[in-house]
Amino acid sequence: MPLDRQTIAEWLRKATYVAEEVYSAPYRSAIARAKRDEEDLFMLMVFSEMMGVPNPASYYTLELQPLLLERFHDWHRRMGMEHSPLDHFKCC
Amino acid sequence: MSAIVLMLVGLGGLALGFIFYSKFIAEKIYQLDPDFRTPAHEFEDGVDYVPTNKFVLWGHHFTSVAGAAPIVGPAVAVIWGWGPAFVWVILGTIFFAGVHDFGAIWASARNKAKSMGSLTGDVVSARARSIFMIVIFLVLLMVNAVFAVVIAGLLTTYPSAVLPVWGIILVALLIGQLIYRQKMNLVAVSIFGVVALYALIFIGPSVPLEMPAEVGFLSGTATWIIILFAYAFIASMLPVWVLLQPRDYINGIQLFIGLGVMYLAVLLLNPSMVAPMVNESVPEGTPSMIPLLFVTIACGAISGFHGLVSSGTTSKQLNKETDARFVGYFGAVGEGTLALAAIIAATAGFATLAEWESLYASFGAGGVGAFVEGGAYIISGGLGLSQEVSATLLAVMACLFAGTTMDTGVRLQRYIFQEWGQIYGIDWMKKNIPATVLAVAACMLLAFGAGGPDGDGGMLIWPLFGTTNQLLAGLTLLVITVMLVRLGRPMLFTLVPLVFLLVMTISALLVQLVDFYNDGAWFLLFLDVVVLVAAILVALECTSTLMRLRRESKTQES
Repeated sequence: MPLDRQTIAEWLRKATYVAEEVYSAPYRSAIARAKRDEEDLFMLMVFSEMMGVPNPASYYTLELQPLLLERFHDWHRRMGMEHSPLDHFKCC
Repeated sequence: MSAIVLMLVGLGGLALGFIFYSKFIAEKIYQLDPDFRTPAHEFEDGVDYVPTNKFVLWGHHFTSVAGAAPIVGPAVAVIWGWGPAFVWVILGTIFFAGVHDFGAIWASARNKAKSMGSLTGDVVSARARSIFMIVIFLVLLMVNAVFAVVIAGLLTTYPSAVLPVWGIILVALLIGQLIYRQKMNLVAVSIFGVVALYALIFIGPSVPLEMPAEVGFLSGTATWIIILFAYAFIASMLPVWVLLQPRDYINGIQLFIGLGVMYLAVLLLNPSMVAPMVNESVPEGTPSMIPLLFVTIACGAISGFHGLVSSGTTSKQLNKETDARFVGYFGAVGEGTLALAAIIAATAGFATLAEWESLYASFGAGGVGAFVEGGAYIISGGLGLSQEVSATLLAVMACLFAGTTMDTGVRLQRYIFQEWGQIYGIDWMKKNIPATVLAVAACMLLAFGAGGPDGDGGMLIWPLFGTTNQLLAGLTLLVITVMLVRLGRPMLFTLVPLVFLLVMTISALLVQLVDFYNDGAWFLLFLDVVVLVAAILVALECTSTLMRLRRESKTQES
């Protein structure tokens, strides 16, 4: 089989895929969890004012709220609140 | 006798075990079902539960379970000659370790990928779960202490290994940054990492960094032990992507290269077995081979530590249930090949028998040093590298394996302390720093308590480490056996290894108890008693569970 550039590129692509899997598989959960913790903190920053925690950040992040609706739901459940804690921000 | 013959017989035996015995176990005993919906699919969340390609999963599983233990154990145990160690490693891998590791993955996958600890609680009893936790604590304690002693010893004996061992930590830090901040291609990064590692190994002999024999009131080895624990303290606090992940990755690559180099060198050099098959003239003070052999070689023949990896992480990523055979059993086979390489290095890599005997002058004296010396003889003869570079290569390999195990071990130990803080409502113990301090302090206490202030006698706890490891394996086998009995399948294939392990473990503890008493080694005696109590509890738990099962099956029949 002649070795052309395309075959080599294909091999490299496969090798990269395998290497990435091998690299990330063992630590996928630890890193994903750390990322989630950071995002939970971010949520708190965005919504803190509404829950009575004074925080100027919420004023500046007001526009983000509609975009975060779906993630907000997962977040308040992780924080131990069965339903949305906000009367005017109902997701479930 | 030629070492190639031993190598081929060993590898052939392992291959037959995988091809036939594991197939039998998979089809008749565990009865794997390709259509079973594994937890990775059932609870797929992209975080913990992720269906993973079986080769990738095998690589991950194998590199997590293979460390310095399958090197140190066999290298110590060949003091009774290479024959017994060889037989136990090969038969142990085929009939014990393979079935155990494979079974742990299967049992966990069939139970929502729960960890072996909580499985013990569900399947056996809440009491067994508590015993399990105590044994895990002991295993981690000993593994961290003993590996610190092993690395410190190697760094003292081989100053040429100091630069590569610490240099690779900087390389790993750099790799972590390149991957996460620069988003560099992993193949390029891997090549960079491997080149950097081997460049450091080649430079090592020209830049030997010797620790002074005395540093203040401490010996050189003791200073290394303290530095190592200080490192482990910091490493276990850092986010995993910064150091642990790249370090493990390079280490995994190194494992494959190291194994390849060893076996290739044996093939090219064809050394003959210098050490006797059965050593008739063991040095004074060597304990009797039976039962001590079976606790000296734990990893490499059967190790409970594998059950923790199998049930905690591997089972959550299992794509198809039938993959468990390849991942679990072949993972154990991989570890068997590492142990076999260690046996060959520590018995064939010598010019004369007298040279071998001088290294094995007392029990626990040869060990990893003999592996490095012997292996270096084989590699320099077979591949033409200089003796010094070959020795550095193997010393670095052993240090890195032990080092990554320590990183993880200290981290796990910290989790245990934090869990205790939660259970008993001790607030300060839940925090990261105090819990890590406790973990490190406990391990250091053991390293120095067992070996005295010089820290050079810590290898004395090696057999005790083996016994705790075997107890853990016993508990896992008990869980699998109970599950099999409840499913109405034959239990002989897990029960026989279980009984064998318990008998050998308890008698080894008793033998050592007498030895420690005669030597007046009170700290070790105390430790032995603690492990012995745990062992008796495990044995009682096994007996009562099996009796209960018999009653259950009788009432069902009537």
